[in-house]
Amino acid sequence: MGKRVGIEVSLAVAEAVKLCDVDVVSAYPITPQTHIVEELSHYVANGDLDAAFIPVESEHSAMSAAVGSSATGARTYTATSSQGLALMHEILFIAPSLRLPIVMTIANRSLSGPISIWNDHSDIMAERDTGWVQIFCENGQESFDLTVCAFRIAEDKRVLLPVGVNMDGFILTHMIEPIEFMDKAEVKAFLPDYKPQLTLNPKKPVSMGPVGVPEVYMEAKKQYEQALWDSKAVVKEVLAAWGKHTGRKYQLVETNGKKKAKTVFVTMGSLGETAMTAVDNLVAAKQDVGQVRLRLWRPFPKEEMKKALKDAAKVVVIDRALSPGGVCGPLATEIKSLFYGAKDAPKIVNIVAGLGGRDVSVKDFEEMYAKAKSGKIKDDYVIWGVESNA
Amino acid sequence: MSDRAFVAWQKLALGCAILAPGSTAKLKTGDWKSLAPKLDEEKCIKCAKCLTYCPEFCYSEDKKGFFRADLSYCKGCGICANECPTQAITMGKEEK
Repeated sequence: MGKRVGIEVSLAVAEAVKLCDVDVVSAYPITPQTHIVEELSHYVANGDLDAAFIPVESEHSAMSAAVGSSATGARTYTATSSQGLALMHEILFIAPSLRLPIVMTIANRSLSGPISIWNDHSDIMAERDTGWVQIFCENGQESFDLTVCAFRIAEDKRVLLPVGVNMDGFILTHMIEPIEFMDKAEVKAFLPDYKPQLTLNPKKPVSMGPVGVPEVYMEAKKQYEQALWDSKAVVKEVLAAWGKHTGRKYQLVETNGKKKAKTVFVTMGSLGETAMTAVDNLVAAKQDVGQVRLRLWRPFPKEEMKKALKDAAKVVVIDRALSPGGVCGPLATEIKSLFYGAKDAPKIVNIVAGLGGRDVSVKDFEEMYAKAKSGKIKDDYVIWGVESNA
Repeated sequence: MSDRAFVAWQKLALGCAILAPGSTAKLKTGDWKSLAPKLDEEKCIKCAKCLTYCPEFCYSEDKKGFFRADLSYCKGCGICANECPTQAITMGKEEK
């Protein structure tokens, strides 16, 4: 077991990628992802990482090069954020459709406009339906751990899909946290070599990405959507193996606070840790409150989430993205549809908070609890701290 | 499996890949034309303008020196008929 080191989380993620011995890094710098790929380019330039670093001219090219590289059977990594992820948009659909196990870090950041470099989840929510496995990290150690796990999940032959590891921009990427590392041999023991099923190889020619005529397109979509659903069991397996290997155990959905609580927060990403402190305070003040933290956003762990919320009377879903003109935020929409038609469905209220880097404190969560409990939040969703009813 | 599908999803190659080369030769793309070129041998002067202008390269010379469109690939655009200096090519319903 490695020792704990105080380090910026971006650098820890770069170290994780190095330990995974990637063959190709194809990336374009963008705040707040820059430190990750900058560090990786140092590794490659210094000979610490035997990989090709492709310094592309845009994120559209970064993802295109990643698709090409992964199609040759190379272990491929990229990272981006916000506008960069948006620029990758059309190529993001190609990677799962070709069943390419690319791993990408998304340093979550808001989208313009107005121009903002700060954190929220609007970048990844706009890419929700691209077919990637999508994981959310709550802290620095998780960012390191889940980056390594992401390669094993992606490359499992039952999955063969790209994996996006989301970590909140600045809040995680630029924080110095105590992180427990592993050495190369330990990572190698956990992460087997990538054995691709199909590769672009002149000696054994195949065509990847042919046209999907109407007689094929839906079957092709079904194939990779099924792989995405099948990946849930693999994610569970890999997290369990990681727990055995390192002692750090993760679940798809995690719970804390009072057991069988009447009021339950649902969070995703680093806000979960802030909410955790608030929930601890509230429980200490004899309040009947709990929390559910979602780690796997796609595929959505329906059964696990239902189980985690089965005793709740009121669910307070925190969204860090706005779905303008929608019924409610993306996470709340999901939770609401999960309980559609259920006899004992809890009341679900949705709070959109922390957009564009707006701070959300422990006190905010305590106030959210008080407002939600008193029934003051009556609308489908409220924008926290902005609208007069919240 | 739907009768509108070529293959069940479980039988598609990984990522919808094509596993052997040469499959394009088997794909006939001329099935959506509404009109097909017809050659009047009496009027034809074998000048090969139809072959030169055909955007699908589906014309080739037969043993008698006439140029014939391969209707498996012809899209029925009518450029050959338009360019023919002797009006030997006319567009009409495809004869099966």
